[in-house]
Amino acid sequence: MREFRVIVIGCSAGGLQAMMQIVPELPKEFPIPIILVQHRAKEPKDLLEEVLQHKTKLNVKQADEKEKILPGYLYIAPPDYHLLIEQDETFSLSSDEPVQYSRPSIDVLFESAASVYGAGLLGIILTGANQDGTYGLKAIKSKNGYTISQNPKEAAFQLMPESAIASNAVDQVLKLQEIKQFLINLTSDV
Amino acid sequence: MELEEVELREFLNKLYLNFGYDFRDYAQASLKRRICHYLQLKKINSLSELWDNITSDNAALEQMIQEISVTVTEMFRDPSFFKSLNKHVIPRLKTYPFFKVWVAGCATGEEAYTIAIILKEAGLLERSIIYATDINQRSLRKAADGIFPIDSMKNYIANYQQYGGLGDFSQYYSAKYNSVMMNKELSKNMVFAPHNLAVDSVFNEFELIICRNVLIYFNQTLQNKVINLFYQSLCDFGYLGLGSKESLLFTDKRKEFTEIDRKEKLFMKTAK
Repeated sequence: MREFRVIVIGCSAGGLQAMMQIVPELPKEFPIPIILVQHRAKEPKDLLEEVLQHKTKLNVKQADEKEKILPGYLYIAPPDYHLLIEQDETFSLSSDEPVQYSRPSIDVLFESAASVYGAGLLGIILTGANQDGTYGLKAIKSKNGYTISQNPKEAAFQLMPESAIASNAVDQVLKLQEIKQFLINLTSDV
Repeated sequence: MELEEVELREFLNKLYLNFGYDFRDYAQASLKRRICHYLQLKKINSLSELWDNITSDNAALEQMIQEISVTVTEMFRDPSFFKSLNKHVIPRLKTYPFFKVWVAGCATGEEAYTIAIILKEAGLLERSIIYATDINQRSLRKAADGIFPIDSMKNYIANYQQYGGLGDFSQYYSAKYNSVMMNKELSKNMVFAPHNLAVDSVFNEFELIICRNVLIYFNQTLQNKVINLFYQSLCDFGYLGLGSKESLLFTDKRKEFTEIDRKEKLFMKTAK
C-alpha cells in the first residue's frame, strides 16, 4: 500500500456528523496529519473544534498561519479564511474572495496541498450541498494523489460527493465506515 | 494551470528589479493562486508571455498588480475587534489634542471608513488624520472616491450593529443606483497615498496603526520587517491592531509590545 504524507478532508452540510463517525477510532499516534475544511459560518461561538476534540484522541486544532504540519493532529481551517499549504509544509491563510461561495474553500486547500505533496496526498470528500471540492480532487489526481468520496447514497447531502464522482476525479467511493477502516488500515502498515 | 516554483521566483525577481514591486517575500501559495487566476482571466499561457505583456504596456502592469495584490476587505469586519478598539484605544485617543492613524494596506479603503465612523461617534474625527496607504494605486483611487457597491451594505450594516454602533449606518452614505457614496465628512481628514510595506520606510509618527489581514500574505522575513516598520512608526504607547489570525510570534519585536486584547490582536508599544 502506498504511503500518504497528509490527508485532506472536505465537507459541508452534514459534515460534522460524518466526521464524528470517522475519527473516534483513530489512534493517538496516527502517523499522518489530517487537515479538514468544513464549511462554516463566521460566528464567533463556533464549537466545531470542541465537539470533534470530544470524539477523538487526535489533537484537534484550528490551523494557524506559519504553523508546521505535524502527525497526531487534526487541523481545521479557521472560519472566514482560506487555508493553504506552503512548500515548506507550513500553513498559510488568505482572505481572498470566497470560492464557490465558500471561505474556507475545499478547492483552495486541496489544490495547494496537491502541489506540495503530490502522490503523497490523500483527498477525501464527504457530504455537502455544493460543488466545492470537485476541482480540488481533480488537482490532487493530476498530481498523482489518491482520492476518495463518501458514497452519495448514504451522504446527508449528495451534491458534493456526486459532483466529485461525476468529474471522474475519484479513485474509490466508500461508505463512512469503510473510510474509517481505510484510515485505520494506514496505521497498521507503518 | 501549473506554475513551477523556480519559474515563479524568477518572474518575481524580474518584477522587483524592473518595476520595484516586491512580491518575493509574499507567502507563495496564495500568491501563486492569484497569479494563476490572472493568467486564466487574461488567457495568457505562461509567465514569459505575461512578462512580454506587462513590459510593453504600462496599463497591463497596473492591472496585473491590481489583480495579484489582495483587495478583499469589509467595513467593520470582525465587529468584536472594533468593539475592543473602542473600549481600549478610544479613551486614550481622547487625551490627545490631535492624533494620527495609519491604515496600512487599506486596499479599497473600507477599514479607513470604519475607523472614521468610530472616531466620528467618539467625537474625535476633527482631531484626527487617517493615512490610508496601499501598494495598489487603483484600489487607492477607489478608496478616495468612497463609492462602494450597494450589495455589500447589508453585510456592513450587520457588522456595524454587532459592533454596537451608536446610530443608523445609513446616515453615513447616500445611495444611488447600485452604489453608495460615503459622506465626504468621513474622508475630509483622510490622506490616501501609495506605500509599499515590502520596500518603503517610515513616513510619519502614529498613535494608532491598523493593519488587518495583510501580514498573513507575507513570509516570516517580511512579517518581521513590517512589524519593525510599525514599531518605528508608533509613538510611545502607540497602538497596533492586527487581524484575528495574525500575531507577533515570528517577529523580534514581540517583547516590545504589550498585549491589550489577546484575542482581538490589539497591542501597545512599550516605551523604552
